[in-house]
Amino acid sequence: MNRKILAAIGVVGVAALAMTGCASNSGSTSGKVTITYSNFISNGGNEANLAKIVTAFEKANPNITVKVKTLPYASYDEAQQTDLAAGTSADVFDIDGASNYGVYEENGVLAPLTSVPSSLYNKALLDTYATGGKQYGLPTSFSDVVLFYNKDLFDKAGVSYPTSSWTWKDETAAALKLTDQAAGVWGDHQPVTYNEFYKTLVQNGASFLNKAGTKVAFNTPAGLAAAKWLVDKSGTTMPTIADGQGTADFDTNLFKAGKLAMLHTGIWEFGAFADTPANWDIAEEPGSTQHANAVFSNGIGVSATSKNKDAAEKWAIYMSSSTEMVNVRLDSGWELPTISDTKKLNTYLDKGKPTHRQVVFDAAKTIAPAPSIGDNQSAMQDDITNELIEAQAGRETVQQALDNAEQKINALLKQ
Amino acid sequence: MTTVRVGRRRTKTKYALTVLAFLLPSAIPLLLFVLGPMVAALWVSLTKWNLLSPAQFVGLDNYVKLLSDPTTGAVFLHTLYYIAGYLPLVYIGGLALALALNTALKGRAFLRGIYFLPVVTSWIVVALVWRWLLSPSTGIVNVVLGWIGIHGPGWWTDPAWAMPSIILASSWKDLGFVMVILLAGLQAIPTDMYDAAKVDGAGWWRRLFSVTLPLLSPSTFFVIVISLINGFQVFDQVYAMTGGGPNGASEVVVEQIYDLTFRYGRAGDASALSWMLFIVILAVTLIQVRGQRRWVNYG
Repeated sequence: MNRKILAAIGVVGVAALAMTGCASNSGSTSGKVTITYSNFISNGGNEANLAKIVTAFEKANPNITVKVKTLPYASYDEAQQTDLAAGTSADVFDIDGASNYGVYEENGVLAPLTSVPSSLYNKALLDTYATGGKQYGLPTSFSDVVLFYNKDLFDKAGVSYPTSSWTWKDETAAALKLTDQAAGVWGDHQPVTYNEFYKTLVQNGASFLNKAGTKVAFNTPAGLAAAKWLVDKSGTTMPTIADGQGTADFDTNLFKAGKLAMLHTGIWEFGAFADTPANWDIAEEPGSTQHANAVFSNGIGVSATSKNKDAAEKWAIYMSSSTEMVNVRLDSGWELPTISDTKKLNTYLDKGKPTHRQVVFDAAKTIAPAPSIGDNQSAMQDDITNELIEAQAGRETVQQALDNAEQKINALLKQ
Repeated sequence: MTTVRVGRRRTKTKYALTVLAFLLPSAIPLLLFVLGPMVAALWVSLTKWNLLSPAQFVGLDNYVKLLSDPTTGAVFLHTLYYIAGYLPLVYIGGLALALALNTALKGRAFLRGIYFLPVVTSWIVVALVWRWLLSPSTGIVNVVLGWIGIHGPGWWTDPAWAMPSIILASSWKDLGFVMVILLAGLQAIPTDMYDAAKVDGAGWWRRLFSVTLPLLSPSTFFVIVISLINGFQVFDQVYAMTGGGPNGASEVVVEQIYDLTFRYGRAGDASALSWMLFIVILAVTLIQVRGQRRWVNYG
């Protein structure tokens, strides 16, 4: 008897939980709808800017209310995946770049968008969120990685500033002159990670995967040179892991403290570096045989299970192409909108430090395509990063690291 | 006669309902948040599921795959390594503290509070502080070691030292918990036992091994069972201090379960690994309960 009662109570409890889960998603019947938007892009300083765009949207669409949920970047993907698995996803949600778009699209969690004003978008970036001729997501912003440099340290060492004609050799020569370990000053910093590696491969005329995407292609002399370019800075022109290199904010703090002459990082740091006393500027990253740059975009999509897809799509379009959005972003220096009308972006060029903002657009002209392999993407990225760090720490030779990574990643690609 | 039987049945039913009413506050959460998810995980462990697409039934494939994957053996070995380092350290440390604070020491209530503080502190905070203390070039530990001429190791940046770093931080945090349990056990030991031992001429060590430890064995048993279960489930400190690195050197079972689910989209494999871990913990605990008859003294 006890067991039966317990079981009955359990069933009622589960049913109650299920019902509350369902109720939260229903739209109202009076023509007014509320949609939810889950994002990471405004986290860490741009919350008020996002609120401005939401207010403008609600003014233009009085029957739609947007409820915003903001999550930190580091936990966003996990939270969004869990929401999708549980069927509690927001109507509109951020997509962390093209490779995540690929995973979401493949698994059918994105609704096709039907009324996208394509001409308003930068075509190359718009296309990275389309599959089979259908648009399943929209780019909201883009950023790229450039070479930041501290002009004061260059002047002090009597080294001329980086230019777009620099190659790796020029960078190494300058970094050696700029490094003064006794004074705690380092010449260069470039993370030893997958994101840097796939790009440096292209800068040296190599590539991460073969053309068919079935095997790795980095274990070649050109690939080895690219890996050495990353690994060998450690301890000569760049701090070592034991010094703290590779931990969160280590490189940016060093740069802000005026102890780092060159830093490879993204333009998202403009805001964080704005108040540093040092004079700094940016240049396009040097290549070896050619220029190739890491360009990242953020995207936005509509959940396939949304009950208010039309309203959700309206917001997704507004958030990625409206004039109000462009103005808020440019006024606040909140990454770059991905619109086709580059004239609107002109004001961005003279918004203050750094002087050579044109570099941001120049770098986006030669993109190193990021390899995308679907479900095993994170495992692949971890495998190569871990092996490169083993080499950086001196526990393996660079060749051994590439051999091991090749073996592991080829096994992933076979699955 | 029939009325009596009905009456008795009624009392029995009433009694059962009363018991049930008192059990509900803990039975419902147990059902919803422990037993329910466990059954659900058992189902997920029989499927291929990346959290996004519908799950596909694959039978026992995940278990077969995990058993032949060298990573599985490695993460269980790392977990055993953790337990082998953590358990003696936290037990001996906790015992020493309990013995010291069981004496008529001045300010012992204050000291007991201080040593218990880490137990109630969030693991994330503790882990980040230890990460900083054990920072290879700027951490206090290596700086102090440097003063006495010792070149400190790379701690969590070195595969050989990553696990010892985690063991050190974990033992430090849990010392207070072990101390409190053992302290309670010590205070339950009748003082006349010690008096009798003294009369018999037993010294401090002799009293420790012949009186204290045997009579403390129920508390010791409890501490070991709980610490072993917690040890197998070690996660927060690994996640926050090393993330399982460098290059997987400190990857433990639960960290692997987490990575498989949320980083690698392999919820089916992760659930199978969870069940394997559950079975291991269950087996170890049953063996301990069986074995306690030989050494636990409820005198």
